[in-house]
Amino acid sequence: MSVEILMPALSPTMEEGTLAKWLVKEGDEVRSGDLIAEIETDKATMELEAVDEGRIGKLVVAEGTENVPVNDLIAVLLQEGEDSTSISSAPQEKSAAPQAAPSEDASPDDAEPVAGPGAVAAIIAPDPDIPEGTAMASITVREALRDAMAEEMRSDDTVFVMGEEVAEYQGAYKVTQGLLEEFGSRRVVDTPITEHGFAGLASGAAMAGLKPIVEFMTFNFAMQAIDHIINSAAKTRYMSGGQMACPIVFRGPNGAAARVGAQHSQDYSSWYAQVPGLKVVAPYSAADAKGLLKAAIRDPNPVVFLENEILYGRTFDVPEIDDWVLPIGKARVMREGADVTIVSFSMGLTYALDAADQLAEEGIMAEVIDLRSLRPLDIDTIIASVQKTNRLVVVEEMWPICGIGSEIAAQVQEKAFDHLDAPILRVSGKDVPMPYAANLEKLALPSAPEVVAAVKSVTYR
Amino acid sequence: MATKKAAPKKPAVKKPAAKKPSSRSTTKKAATRKKSPQNQPNVPAFSADEDLEAYKVMLTIRRFEEKAGQMYGMGLIGGFCHLYIGQEAVVVGVQMASEEGDQMITGYRDHGHMIAMGLDPRGVMAELTGREGGLSRGKGGSMHMFSTEKHFYGGHGIVGAQVSLGTGLAFANRYYDNGNVSFVYFGDGAANQGQVYESFNMAELWELPVVYVIENNQYAMGTAISRASAQTDLSKRGVSFNIPGEQVDGMDVRAVRDAAARAAKSCRDGNGPFILEMNTYRYRGHSMSDPAKYRAREEVNRMREEHDPIEQVKARLLKSKTVNEAGLKEIDAEVRAIVTDAANFAQESPEPDASELWTDIIEEVSA
Ligand SMILES: Cc1ncc(C[n+]2csc(CCOP(=O)(O)OP(=O)(O)O)c2C)c(N)n1
Ligand SMILES: [Mg+2]
Repeated sequence: MSVEILMPALSPTMEEGTLAKWLVKEGDEVRSGDLIAEIETDKATMELEAVDEGRIGKLVVAEGTENVPVNDLIAVLLQEGEDSTSISSAPQEKSAAPQAAPSEDASPDDAEPVAGPGAVAAIIAPDPDIPEGTAMASITVREALRDAMAEEMRSDDTVFVMGEEVAEYQGAYKVTQGLLEEFGSRRVVDTPITEHGFAGLASGAAMAGLKPIVEFMTFNFAMQAIDHIINSAAKTRYMSGGQMACPIVFRGPNGAAARVGAQHSQDYSSWYAQVPGLKVVAPYSAADAKGLLKAAIRDPNPVVFLENEILYGRTFDVPEIDDWVLPIGKARVMREGADVTIVSFSMGLTYALDAADQLAEEGIMAEVIDLRSLRPLDIDTIIASVQKTNRLVVVEEMWPICGIGSEIAAQVQEKAFDHLDAPILRVSGKDVPMPYAANLEKLALPSAPEVVAAVKSVTYR
Repeated sequence: MATKKAAPKKPAVKKPAAKKPSSRSTTKKAATRKKSPQNQPNVPAFSADEDLEAYKVMLTIRRFEEKAGQMYGMGLIGGFCHLYIGQEAVVVGVQMASEEGDQMITGYRDHGHMIAMGLDPRGVMAELTGREGGLSRGKGGSMHMFSTEKHFYGGHGIVGAQVSLGTGLAFANRYYDNGNVSFVYFGDGAANQGQVYESFNMAELWELPVVYVIENNQYAMGTAISRASAQTDLSKRGVSFNIPGEQVDGMDVRAVRDAAARAAKSCRDGNGPFILEMNTYRYRGHSMSDPAKYRAREEVNRMREEHDPIEQVKARLLKSKTVNEAGLKEIDAEVRAIVTDAANFAQESPEPDASELWTDIIEEVSA
């Protein structure tokens, strides 16, 4: 029976691609593993490998065809003893979407390109830090982070980047793309897989006056290194009676990616936010990512900089200002409203902003605050908003127990109890390890409808 | 447990018979193999039955992984999916040397290990699709699978974690004095994690029955071994702990079985741990979305053409007339049927019930 070769998906989110080039012609014999075509997606050029053996009976989709949907028939492979007449015979074994072997500029490895670029539509309130009339460039969070590092490395020779696959591979998630080329292997350093070792080494280098940027492939792997982050980096200034500093940035993606299961999908925000001696930043937009990473690199203290894999590919406006630096510890009002305050950060903002849109349609005006920094926590901005709305919902992806939401609830009732007209509600990830199954994973994460429901509950609608 | 007796010391680092020349420079190309099956005289022969058995299992793993790759391409498998294609001889050879009750533990590249241990391919594939019929009932995924019945302890996503866990399995064997051995698999990249050496020290100190099987497939993601390791002869990584080590042609299932059998016997005889560096190669990218630009296509092709573990056995089977071409076709059809059945099962099995989100987190203890 002939075998249908289907358009493959490079990642669970790829929906279509361009059939750039056939590497075989009709009549060619192929063995499993032979390259048969090149396919382009928005991010990568992939080489297709044949899975089954046989002879190419027909190339169904012509070279150069764009927008070929995943799982569409692209070629037919004839098995032994068949000729091309068997192609038209209706029922064929529908199996062989060939291997997708990306060959160029794919995002990560252990890094599925989870979410495509997709521009982020409306950020309602203008950022007060950006002067009116400033020119804007539309760039991804990934590029913003890279630009921040490159700019700081240009202006300060003591700044260097270290981590797994940061140099030659250009970053597992391509955040350090191009840095090796510009700064060389003295300043862009590939490490072995030895997080505890290189986090300690970098902390020591910081004590000696350098300014390391340590990339963790993801923060899940920083658990190997957390002793140095807390015991070595965070406490040195205090233990040395103020003599010794440890100016270092620990950065990388934090929180849930897509379908990678319990050991690769954890949000550590409140773990680090609890530690005196650290600063903790968790930006959402590209402009904040850039401005805050530059601030983190210059900061004389250890800074834990929590990124999000799903946000890496999102595009935002970033001001074209020489030296765009933002202060650590300042929240930002993303959207103004008088009925309820929704506080969130990082990926949580996607649910919060979505919910705010839906609520607006029903006449409930939510004020949405992006914390941006988790330590120090800008409680004043939250309280100012609660004094206006008298209602508060906190949205975060992490587990609910002892979370950022718990801390905010505690401080707001201490400092603004009389302004509250309803209990403070938390919308969070569920109190379970992240499941792999698609349906369970969805349930484990917070959602915009859950935020809407919480808002309706505190506004008594 | 008693600490190590001072008196009868086993010989220090054993010099294995079939050892690679030790003159490796750090600039060595990762996949330059100094030893090919052809010029390796001392490989103990397999009987026709053994060749046939090894062939079937290795082929099942290969076809299973190819199918998993396809299903990933169709969006049926999500997240990370690390294929074992090219490395089949390692797990199959070690399994052939193991005894009932011996444990195995590995990282995330784990599908082949479970198939070699006799777990139902249906359960493995259904875990890859995240369905109720999966080994972890859809909750673990490709990287996290376990089987208490078959003494398979996972399936671990954190590079290096399995090494201390596997050493703990050996601690339990020693504690129960049950004569079993723990086979601990990890990669050339994992071999640089600190806990590996903390484990080595304890394993030797307490003479634990553990065989460390280092699957040196020459790369850790995009990093060739020579770019990450000061000592690229991984069989020597136990030297400072007095753990004997051997380099093995991990593409030759006979060499693997032989080395694993000797290492396991040494463990069972009470001599403490053993290190086997299996020189092998992964044909595919690190995971499904690895562009694999760090190595030349020719390097991959050369490994496949000259060292393929399955082709080696196939050639022997034909040469010895154990099976003819028609016989091979039959085996191939049998194996494809098993894999197709697993794939169908994995697609038909339903997603776990929503209530499963809240189960298996902790065992309730009644007051
Ligand atoms: C502690 C930790 N750090 C980093 C990673 C990301 N990661 C997953 S696999 C891998 C490479 C491991 O290579 P190797 O040990 O050689 O095994 P192979 O993949 O070649 O089988 C890396 C860096 C991880 N999962 N855990
Ligand atoms: Mg490896």
